[in-house]
Amino acid sequence: MIERESAVRLLRKVVQESPADQTEAILLTEDSSLTRFAGSAIHQHVAERNQTVILRVVSGKRIAVVTTNICRASSLKESLEKAISLAKVQQPNDQFISLPGPESIPEIKTFSPNIGRLTPNTKVGMIKGLLRRVKEKGCKGSGALSNGEVELAVVNSLGVEAYQGFSDLFLHLIVENEISSGYASFVSRDPDQLDVDSLAREAVGKTSGEEPTQIEPGEYEVILEPYAVSELLSFLGYLGFHALAVQEGRSFFSNRFGEKMVDEKITVYDNGLDPEGLQVPFDFEGVLKKKVIFFDKGVAKEVTYDSFTAGREGKKSTGHGLIAPNTEGPIPINLFMKGGESSSEEMVKSVRRGIYVTRFHYTNVVEPMKAVITGMTRDGTFLIEGGEIKRPVKNLRFTESILKALSRVTAVSKHRRICSEGTVYSRRFVTGTVVPAVKIDGFNFSGVSAI
Amino acid sequence: MKDLIQNILDLAKLKGADYADIRIVRRQSEEIEVKNGKVEALTHDEDFGFGIRVLFQGAWGFACSSRVTRTEMGAVFGKALKIAKASSKVKGKEIVFLPASPVVDRYKTQISIDPFGVAPEAKLDLLLKADEIMRRNKRVKISEAFSGSYKTEKTFASTEGSYIEQEIIECGAGISATAIEGDEVQVRSYPNSFRGNFATQGYEWIEKLALRDRAEKIADEAVQLLSAKPCPSKTTTLILDSSQLALQIHESVGHPIELDRILGTEASYAGTSFLNTEMVGHFKYGSELVNIVADASHPGGLGTFGYDDEGIKAQRVPIISRGTLINLLTSRETAHHLGKESNGTMRADGWNRIPLIRMTNINLEPGAWTLDQMIADTEEGLFLATNRSWSIDDKRINFQFGTEVGWEIKGGKLGEMVKNPTYTGITPKFWSSCDAIGDRDHWQMWGTPNCGKGEPGQVAHVGHGTAPARFRNVQVGVMKT
Repeated sequence: MIERESAVRLLRKVVQESPADQTEAILLTEDSSLTRFAGSAIHQHVAERNQTVILRVVSGKRIAVVTTNICRASSLKESLEKAISLAKVQQPNDQFISLPGPESIPEIKTFSPNIGRLTPNTKVGMIKGLLRRVKEKGCKGSGALSNGEVELAVVNSLGVEAYQGFSDLFLHLIVENEISSGYASFVSRDPDQLDVDSLAREAVGKTSGEEPTQIEPGEYEVILEPYAVSELLSFLGYLGFHALAVQEGRSFFSNRFGEKMVDEKITVYDNGLDPEGLQVPFDFEGVLKKKVIFFDKGVAKEVTYDSFTAGREGKKSTGHGLIAPNTEGPIPINLFMKGGESSSEEMVKSVRRGIYVTRFHYTNVVEPMKAVITGMTRDGTFLIEGGEIKRPVKNLRFTESILKALSRVTAVSKHRRICSEGTVYSRRFVTGTVVPAVKIDGFNFSGVSAI
Repeated sequence: MKDLIQNILDLAKLKGADYADIRIVRRQSEEIEVKNGKVEALTHDEDFGFGIRVLFQGAWGFACSSRVTRTEMGAVFGKALKIAKASSKVKGKEIVFLPASPVVDRYKTQISIDPFGVAPEAKLDLLLKADEIMRRNKRVKISEAFSGSYKTEKTFASTEGSYIEQEIIECGAGISATAIEGDEVQVRSYPNSFRGNFATQGYEWIEKLALRDRAEKIADEAVQLLSAKPCPSKTTTLILDSSQLALQIHESVGHPIELDRILGTEASYAGTSFLNTEMVGHFKYGSELVNIVADASHPGGLGTFGYDDEGIKAQRVPIISRGTLINLLTSRETAHHLGKESNGTMRADGWNRIPLIRMTNINLEPGAWTLDQMIADTEEGLFLATNRSWSIDDKRINFQFGTEVGWEIKGGKLGEMVKNPTYTGITPKFWSSCDAIGDRDHWQMWGTPNCGKGEPGQVAHVGHGTAPARFRNVQVGVMKT
């Protein structure tokens, strides 16, 4: 890590040298490692060190972005010149108002020094212990254990100077015997919170010695574990919880604010400062993260903004800017669903005939305005009959509207867990959702796996 | 640079590594995105670094850094070696890493127009003109145009004496029109969805796409879809256009034939495969008409290169012959399971990722039909075009796709347009129902620039050449709202 002073100094220099009307410089550093195992053997074990600077320049409302990971002063100067020259070739974007100004950012601890203890040998030891527990149950394990130290610094010509260091660790585990598989995952900023025994127990608990049976597609009562709920929420975040989708008329929220769209047990929000999640105090424009409530007891309430979408409406950014140029919109990355009153046992007991789903796989959008998505179940799918989990079933394909599903929620668990996507593409910035389990009366399964 | 590389390889040998390789990769890209007449994004990206892979006492270690200096390289090698030593404590079966003859060579994509020599103004103008034509249709609410240019310069060197320099150029572009009315959102794209079509070609590729010429039709079709009738739910005959079939091949053939996936190394993320090595030589994957090759040498294919990231030359490999599975995509570590040599499919997404088995250009060989003949020969069915959504299970068996548009086929003629078409199937059953494939004149190369795999995640650029094809008894109209 290069630490606050060096990070801000590096960016400040570039911003001060910029002749543009407004300039923003972001620095993302990463020092990370990932140990991957399959069939109870480590087969890939990698480490990375990188630092990336993203420069956004605005000249007469003409905007260009240049990214480089060559952080020598001369190279950054060239990148700045490149950005200026690219900005010149455009017509002004009259919808652009301004980059944001500075705000006070609270001190939040998002870095645990315990992360530094994770040497290759330590991690191999942890995995060895995990696999031993899995083996004791007659299973083999596949998964990945990854740890990272990440810095984010944002400086702009309006006075924003924000810096934060993050540590993260995620571990996800799939255990398999001859005929079934189970899943569990963990994410935290502090590796000392990892309980390998508990994780192994959870994943193994989803395996079975019984051959899964095939059940007919159709509409069923379902219990969705938090991993599955997290996926539904992430899709809602991508499809419609943000201002760009609303402004373009393609959000399911369009013209429906104030309307009850889902069950009143459903309250969904984004809060980067909530200590129950993976805290992120400011966004990629250096704006303090505000709490935004999407569904308030089932009623459509508000959406997230970045500086561009906020400027279009004369509003203030809610602190949900992603790395420029953000053409996807200010998608929320710290999603929460409020917990309910039920225990998992109560929820299962209340099911007459339904499906217990651990998680989904390869979900994708079928129809965006109705938030219809499709995907498969995976790693722990069971038939519930008469209030008891009876037997494992073959994986099912679902095709369902998330909004319809959430309008049919009849129970929400008290307990919530933090779920993370579990892999990192491109620049490392691990985020998570905090969600309960839910019971839904009527969820459509449209197909069955042939295996 | 050669000195830096040699220093590391010498160090690897000194420290007793069974094998080591180093890749130094520099990537540049320029992307332009316009939306509704305005520039959404105008970006230039540069990325440079190196990665060292070490095999030590039967275990791999990999480390990488963006600081390309002698000192840093030494430190990174040390890290990779430390990782390999640690990993050797939890290793599985002994790694059989097939030897390869050293190669000293250079490869460069053959292009006519260097995309980085084309002024950004010219690129922007091309996109804005296409965008403007789409917006003339007032019911189009979102018009988008995209172009991307990419250059990868990589040097690969190994303790076996290989030293390979490659320069790969890629270009891609596309347009899309989104019509919105109430809660109905319909999109039409050209030449393909998700930003367009991509190839290892120069800027001449983008010019040939002639985005402007198709803009009006795309806009009109997006609007027509708003009032089109919904796709019926039934079992019927399906003709897929070549762009949709390309993704069908990708998901239901390309991924399941990756041998590392079959051996379980992707179990923790993207899944495994319904295939196993015993099936090679006799598993009936599809009908007798189905012939699939993996061809990393096909000129202009997005999955085309000179050498893979283990120093194996790009090659053309039959995978399915007359419906029977005869080979898989392999690497130096996995090929021995088939008693063969590696067929050169290992590629890494940049300097900071390890190579994995990736599709090259997975192509369905052309057949004998024209599209008109196929339609005329179909009493009742659907013709679907341009992918909109895709999903498949973790063993690559149960899939579901949605396309942007479809047309009914009745009595051998194209009829009414249908909206929100979806279809689902089981992989070998689907491919076995293929009874007509388009000819060479209808065959086209498609680039998939967003193939995800691995942990940390990697994106590969792969290609699929195919013509339209017909499939019988397919369940369509899956969506329930």
